[in-house]
Amino acid sequence: MTNTSTIRVLEIDLTEKKIIVQDRDDLAPFWGGTGLATRLFAEYAAYDKDPLDPAQPVVLACGPLSAIFPMATKAVAVFRSPLTGEWGESHAGMRIAIAMRFCGFRAIIIRGKAERPVYLTIGPNRVDFQDGTPLWGLPTDETGRILRQTSPGRSFRSCLRIGPAGEKQVAFANVNVDTYRHFGRLGLGAVFGAKLLKAMVIYGEASEPIPDVKHYREVYDSIYHLAVNTDIMEKYHGLGTSGNIAALSALGGLPTENLRKNSFHRSSAISGEAFARDTLVRKVACTGCPVGCIHIGVRRKLFAPGHEYEAAYLSYDYELIFALGSLLGITTQEQIYDLIEYVEMSGMDAITAGVLLAWLTEAYQKGVVTKEELGVEPVFNNETNYIRILEDIVNQPNTLYRLLACGTNRAAQKLGGQEFALTLGNNEMAGYHTGYANLLGLSFGTRHSHLDNAGYSIDQKALRNNFSREQIVREIIAEEKWRNVLNSLCVCLFAREVYTKENICAALSCVGITVTGEDLDKLGEEIFHIKNQIRLKLGYNPNNLTFADRYFETPALGQELSRQTLNDLAAIYRRLAGI
Amino acid sequence: MGKILHADQMKKCIGCYSCMLACARTIQHDFSPRKAAIQIRSVGGLQSRLVVDICRGCTDPPCALACNCSALSARLDGGVRFYKDKCIGCGNCVEACTAGAIRFDEDNKRPIVCIQCGTCVKYCPHEVLSMK
Repeated sequence: MTNTSTIRVLEIDLTEKKIIVQDRDDLAPFWGGTGLATRLFAEYAAYDKDPLDPAQPVVLACGPLSAIFPMATKAVAVFRSPLTGEWGESHAGMRIAIAMRFCGFRAIIIRGKAERPVYLTIGPNRVDFQDGTPLWGLPTDETGRILRQTSPGRSFRSCLRIGPAGEKQVAFANVNVDTYRHFGRLGLGAVFGAKLLKAMVIYGEASEPIPDVKHYREVYDSIYHLAVNTDIMEKYHGLGTSGNIAALSALGGLPTENLRKNSFHRSSAISGEAFARDTLVRKVACTGCPVGCIHIGVRRKLFAPGHEYEAAYLSYDYELIFALGSLLGITTQEQIYDLIEYVEMSGMDAITAGVLLAWLTEAYQKGVVTKEELGVEPVFNNETNYIRILEDIVNQPNTLYRLLACGTNRAAQKLGGQEFALTLGNNEMAGYHTGYANLLGLSFGTRHSHLDNAGYSIDQKALRNNFSREQIVREIIAEEKWRNVLNSLCVCLFAREVYTKENICAALSCVGITVTGEDLDKLGEEIFHIKNQIRLKLGYNPNNLTFADRYFETPALGQELSRQTLNDLAAIYRRLAGI
Repeated sequence: MGKILHADQMKKCIGCYSCMLACARTIQHDFSPRKAAIQIRSVGGLQSRLVVDICRGCTDPPCALACNCSALSARLDGGVRFYKDKCIGCGNCVEACTAGAIRFDEDNKRPIVCIQCGTCVKYCPHEVLSMK
């Protein structure tokens, strides 16, 4: 790998209220994003300590193309997950890439624990530890409003904040980024909460002269053209990912009512088409992305007689409609918006919240939990009761709610009902029941996320092409390795067809990094192995994966799945991945 | 006849900053959109609306009137020409533009002035901007 630049790393110690800035040549081969964050996490992780121990680091990293090429809009967070106890990795967009780039730090490491609630303002020339006490307890929107009012760097800043769920260390609390994006999965919000870190405002206004203007313009234009003038990105801008609701329901791959069903009889009311027709009001983009995939809808609510209305502007997409819609048997957009609004304001991961509520509903039906403990009945299609339950998951008034705040897997392990708990690798499943590649990909993927290796997509490809078992596994591993490359550049995964090897090499050449396609593959491979080594040290056991009965009871895309076949595929995976 | 930049479709803006990036790289040869003469920003966060600060193409531009070193001169059809070599960085033009469209670049001590070149328009994916 070519080592052409230095990586500037900012380390913040919340306990000592001190910072250290380092320029490190040794990190240059990892560029940024997931590769850089992985290397840094390996250095700083406290393997023998709890995920919420003050010693655990949070590593944020952007990439070499961040903000200067179309759709290079993401930053990566790596931490030890309080939900799974293992590898925690989450990605977010909006303004974080531009803020980090022009702030001048490729990576930011946060360690320690503040003495009292704190928020950080981080700029090119200073880091300030601000008293977070007045913000503690506030929902994410009001926190954001105050931060915008009091912090520097308007238009070139990113506001990261937690809500009450993070403060109460709910294991699946998220970190809200600029209102409409999140470090969503695996509980980074709880890690912030445990550190008494309410928020971070990163602002960047530094200049960065272009080394070769003509060359940069040519490469930028070719990538911009692919994004804007071809149909590669249209599906994300048009209906958006929610366009898959009706399609997957029709194919029998949309998890519904805790996956007792694979299609939803009311999918037409909550489909992407329906949202666009009824409530979509605008689209917004992450900074530096000409696509604009973030769909904002309006929830208009009558709050009193006499035509007294209030309105909330909320973002929706496929995963939200699945997790807070079909999986809970929710039949209207208004109900989904109300659930979205609650998880947004409290700062919790929508997918995890939905899967947990779905499990709880069935657990209640089967007598695993009682109304006395819950105080309210979880019932499919009853969003009011679901919101009351989520409120108590934040407030944790009794032992049951303290357990539910630990996530589905720990609740089911303790109480029973594991046979219908929709987790894989201790993480709640995403919205696809497409077949073996999905289940396998979620189980082995670094963060047990559908974004690790897109198993759901490989399932559909496998069906079309009649893949052998080994081919399925090879595809999953190859995809995960390649995504390590994309995620080290911090380009949006929606743009993966735009960022071909050739285009990546051309883009990197504009910032003085000379690489070949082979170099890219090597980097993806190396990160894959480093991550697996770290995961094993964190307690991940690839020989001890469990699959709920439910995955085999409900057909996936019309196909009955067998536990034996999945176990066979898992054995192939372990062999090919060398774990 | 020279055309003037308009942003009369701001309700369509998605906040991608492609216009700013284009201006910064083309005119200032810098990656940072902070260097752009066009500035998109939100009013009240991303839940509310996006607004833009641009040169309004005055036919009798106060910035040129305020410039006493002949670095800014009025264009026939509105807006200004900027002669960077003549500029001494006094910042009078920044004060004079009551539309808030001129900012001062502290890095090189010169104002960032829109020259009505239309580059930003070419990179707007949502037809928010136009030259007319």
